[in-house]
Amino acid sequence: MSQTTKLSSATEQEWAEAGRPHPHESAVLHVCGSANYTDDLPELQGTLHAALGLSAQAHAVIGTMNLERVRQAPGVVAVFTAADFPGDNQCGPIIRDDPILATEKVHYAGQPVFAVVAHSHEQARRAARLADITYHPLPALLHAREADAAGSYVLPPMHLQRGDPEAALEQAPLRLRGQWQVGGQEQFYLEGQIAYAMPAEGEGMHVVCSTQHPSEMQHVIAHALGLASHAVRVECRRMGGGFGGKESQSALWAGVAALCAHHLRRPVKLRADRDDDMLVTGKRHDFHYDYDVGFNAGGRILAARIGMIARAGFSADLSGPVATRAVCHVDNAYYLSDVDIRAVCARTNTQSNTAFRGFGGPQGAILIEYVMDEIARQLGMDPLDVRKHNFYGRHDEEGRNITHYGQKVTDNVIHELVAELESSSDYRQRRTAIAAFNATSPVLKKGLALTPHKFGIAFNVTHLNQAGALVHVYLDGSVSVNHGGTEMGQGLHTKVAQVVAHELGIPLSAVRVSATDTGKIANTSATAASTGADLNGKAAQDAARQIRQRLAQLAANRFGGMPDQVRFHAGTVVCNEQRCSFQELVQQAYLARVQLWSDGFYATPDLHWDGKTMTGHPFSYYAYGAAVSEVIVDTLTGEWKLLRADILYDAGQSLNPAIDQGQIEGAFIQGMGWLTTEELVWNNQGKLTTHAPSTYKIPAISDCPADFRVKLFANCNVTDSIHRSKAVGEPPLLLPFSVFFAIRDAIASVSAHRRSPPLTAPATAESILRAIHAVQTAE
Amino acid sequence: MSDPIRYFFKHQIHEIRDLPVTRTLLQHLREDLHCTGTKEGCAEGDCGACTVVTAELHQGQVRMKSVNACLQLLSSLDGKAIFTVEDLQQGQSLHPVQQAMVECHASQCGFCTPGFVMSLWDLYLRRTEDSAPLQRQDINQALSGNLCRCTGYRPIIDAAYRMEELPHQHFDAQPVTTALHQLEHGDTFCYTHQDQHFFAPRSLEALLALRQQYPDACLLAGGTDIGLWVTKQFRQLGHLIYLGQVAELRSLKADTHWLSIGAAVTLDDAYRALCNYYPAELGELQQRFASLPIRHAGTLGGNVANGSPIGDSMPWLIALGSQVILHGQQGERALALEDFYLGYQQKDLRPDEVVTAIRVPLPVSKQIFRTYKLTKRFDQDISAVCAAFCATLEDGRLHQVRIAFGGMAATPKRAAKTEAVLNQALWNEDSVLQAMQALAADYTPLSDMRASAEYRLQAAQNLLRRFWLETRPENPLSAHALQVSATESREQPV
Repeated sequence: MSQTTKLSSATEQEWAEAGRPHPHESAVLHVCGSANYTDDLPELQGTLHAALGLSAQAHAVIGTMNLERVRQAPGVVAVFTAADFPGDNQCGPIIRDDPILATEKVHYAGQPVFAVVAHSHEQARRAARLADITYHPLPALLHAREADAAGSYVLPPMHLQRGDPEAALEQAPLRLRGQWQVGGQEQFYLEGQIAYAMPAEGEGMHVVCSTQHPSEMQHVIAHALGLASHAVRVECRRMGGGFGGKESQSALWAGVAALCAHHLRRPVKLRADRDDDMLVTGKRHDFHYDYDVGFNAGGRILAARIGMIARAGFSADLSGPVATRAVCHVDNAYYLSDVDIRAVCARTNTQSNTAFRGFGGPQGAILIEYVMDEIARQLGMDPLDVRKHNFYGRHDEEGRNITHYGQKVTDNVIHELVAELESSSDYRQRRTAIAAFNATSPVLKKGLALTPHKFGIAFNVTHLNQAGALVHVYLDGSVSVNHGGTEMGQGLHTKVAQVVAHELGIPLSAVRVSATDTGKIANTSATAASTGADLNGKAAQDAARQIRQRLAQLAANRFGGMPDQVRFHAGTVVCNEQRCSFQELVQQAYLARVQLWSDGFYATPDLHWDGKTMTGHPFSYYAYGAAVSEVIVDTLTGEWKLLRADILYDAGQSLNPAIDQGQIEGAFIQGMGWLTTEELVWNNQGKLTTHAPSTYKIPAISDCPADFRVKLFANCNVTDSIHRSKAVGEPPLLLPFSVFFAIRDAIASVSAHRRSPPLTAPATAESILRAIHAVQTAE
Repeated sequence: MSDPIRYFFKHQIHEIRDLPVTRTLLQHLREDLHCTGTKEGCAEGDCGACTVVTAELHQGQVRMKSVNACLQLLSSLDGKAIFTVEDLQQGQSLHPVQQAMVECHASQCGFCTPGFVMSLWDLYLRRTEDSAPLQRQDINQALSGNLCRCTGYRPIIDAAYRMEELPHQHFDAQPVTTALHQLEHGDTFCYTHQDQHFFAPRSLEALLALRQQYPDACLLAGGTDIGLWVTKQFRQLGHLIYLGQVAELRSLKADTHWLSIGAAVTLDDAYRALCNYYPAELGELQQRFASLPIRHAGTLGGNVANGSPIGDSMPWLIALGSQVILHGQQGERALALEDFYLGYQQKDLRPDEVVTAIRVPLPVSKQIFRTYKLTKRFDQDISAVCAAFCATLEDGRLHQVRIAFGGMAATPKRAAKTEAVLNQALWNEDSVLQAMQALAADYTPLSDMRASAEYRLQAAQNLLRRFWLETRPENPLSAHALQVSATESREQPV
């Protein structure tokens, strides 16, 4: 892959808005408090506020539902239940098994049962607590293994097999079997779920919603209200964080707000209080594993049989594709020749688990990292050596470069990347220094781990890999861009604006991205799967390129020369050694009746997937990375601290290195939270007891390591992605595996690394102390 | 006759006459004034998206501090000034705090950003020409109450350093000083809405008179707990008596034996004063007690009077032998703090009495004293276990042993059996092991979402061992060798 493959047009050599570390397009608005989120928009006259009444039971038949006290409460205007939907009360992104409001039964504690509308947010919330509902309790399944044992699933089990795992396991010189688990995770976007529905003329509905998926909200609302999609317009300028939690699960809020507004013909806002948000919405799936692995004395895996139970919660939601991604990432960066992988989505009486950054990928990959760690401990090897020994072969190493689902890995850089990080982080020297420290430190013990990742980019579902964009050039030379992606903080609008500015040879300040709007780009995919910039950047580039070509043709007509030799640079157009400003050329184009706007479209090529056999070519390319973490653990209390983290990440040719670094660091800390302090606790009645930041602890300022070294790996995407960049949204969430395994390493030092610490995730201080105790008492 | 609530905001004095007594500042800003720069993330003081800065007169001086707008009752802001994120920009030019945030790429989704900006502004205002260069510790303290889910904090930390390098922007306190003087009340402020009264007495005498007249009224100090009763529980609070303006309750006095901390002294002021006497012993607890905005609002008196079994001040206050001072119609009485707690949420407090001060003994010679807090997260978290150990160590033996725990029983409670094992005992490993056994007989902790009973007990025993390792006569270990939070972090590479 040489540099020249990247440079596909003349303009790119000279004008480089793409690739610059521009600040986020809303940065100045953010710091001034003038970036508007849905709840900040000036309210229309007569706006009402809704709140939800929630189920008190995990699984029950609703007996009587007396809402009289709710109706009589101060300020209340109306109360709605499932029976009030003129259309369909069901939502669900794939299988429509998810009632917006509960009907005869409730399926989890916290499930919305009714909506109350009042003059103020507070009045609605107060009234929602006054319902008198009787329940006839049913047996509730609260745990994934319990549900699995009962055969309670939301979808048919999945199975992928390659080679002859049975025979290979039998023949393997060494075997490891066991069970393990990782916990779930609350998205904890700072801006809670919210939808503001405004009736439009002729039964129409305009909804401003904090959502990663405006098109799906449009469809849900249209179905719920029995309207055609053209009657519903959904808009989102920005979200205060999404992380997957606003992909499918913004539907309930959008649907209820629209229902209320539809009946009352008044604007209705539904804003979730934090506790309600956490009680109602689904989270990252907790996973429960059974593994049986055969390997040789060198630590190379020869065969694996893996069972995964994902806790789906009460409905299917996105659990199917989450489990599929987990199956496709169980290899992480390693070649697994003979495998048998089964995955089930257990139906439990808890929140319906959903998308969360990584989307099953982290849950798949962390299992094989756990296995690597176990093998290393069994063989007395450094876990890094076991890992390296199992890496996918380089592209010319036949056989060892085909994934278990059949895709050939053609862009493997994991060997070089890990070698560079191993060296730049002084991994070996620090391993020695830590051993010396631990030998003389009676209470505090240090641990170190390096973990790699390989993450597949594209929606596993082929047809979702499409995007559209609109680019408008105005007579003053300013440019408006609209595309199907949503801005949740990841810098997508900044990157797309850079792509357009780059294409037209104008400064970034001349380009503005407007709110995502189903009235502008139709049938969009969710902004998810890390594909936002890949898809929408390409679509916007396509639109801008068409305009540029028309302008180049005009310039060639006016000034002579060939259209493909016209250069667009820094707001100036150079043609046949003559120059004019971009604005002048635009004005001339207008007078010449040249179309100054264009649509653009992109569909990722060469993707296919067979869901039955779980084989195909689901990914456009892979994003690689690795991290080294060093921790210190208190063996008396289980408290720990991250002392240093070194990260090397492959963003290809980054569209914006500053934004990419922000994504990497943010994902690292977020993933560290998942694996350590973020513990979801349900009581034995199935009620989530960690439903607010007072009890659910995401990382805070002191958790950011004082020594944090993040670098982008010098690379260029082999695949023709937008400017040969690579996705950066989800893959770095796998980097903090290194933190978890460093903690495990520190615990193992208590027994001079002779015992394998029984540590599950999240590694809270309590579970760390328990593992320390287990290792000590096993001595 | 109701006084209007008057406060200074955006260069002018505002008067409020028709809002509920329990309207929060955040509701007021967002819903009444449509100043939507200040965000609601959790409405319970745990995320910091609603951080604002208030200013008030204290002994004639303007004091500014960051607080959580979601927990502040508007009525308690009478006579104060409010600054929000919208106040920082001057014309088109960003404040250095804002400029640094932009330059360092410190916002992603931007929703938490106004809160971070205000916490950094609070830090910025405290910096003077004599201030030592900012340390990571200072930044952690300033931002301990702000959650960000996007950035991982590194660029925000960089912005804190960067703001100091940009040309300084002076804050002109004159207009606010003038306004605050204008807003001062000579005697009790009384605001009434729909028959609910809010009183802000200025003197102890006036407070006690109101207490007698309204024995069922709710006493409000920092509101860090009562704010939740309003926003989360929708409790009907009845009349409110606010302690924050009672001059006698705002004083901090030391004599030869005691540090006396008025019940309305904020946690931040109280712990600063305490750390003058117990820097090593209370330093870490001060940092992780709660976030800075909570410490700016909450009071030590409130922490004690509330008497939560998981409050972090009581274990060490009890271990040191502190007293609570109560005032009522029959005058003043002093009570050993452990005697104040009768049972879960029950206190030895007569209807006409109020907690007016906490008296903390000053260090004595040969004293060994430590307090340790265990949580899932270092910043802003509620204890699973909070331990305090105090004794005098003479000739290798322990005397006057006082041990108290939070999180282990229905009240903050002494470990009588453990103390009995250790009193007069040689301070050696045998004694520690015996004492650790005795702890299991002292407490039967509960399991909840913070920790299991087993962890609480085992960690409590291990904290006793930590205390021994840190204070034993032979070869004591330093905190650096015992606590991960005390380990020094490496320098960041250039």
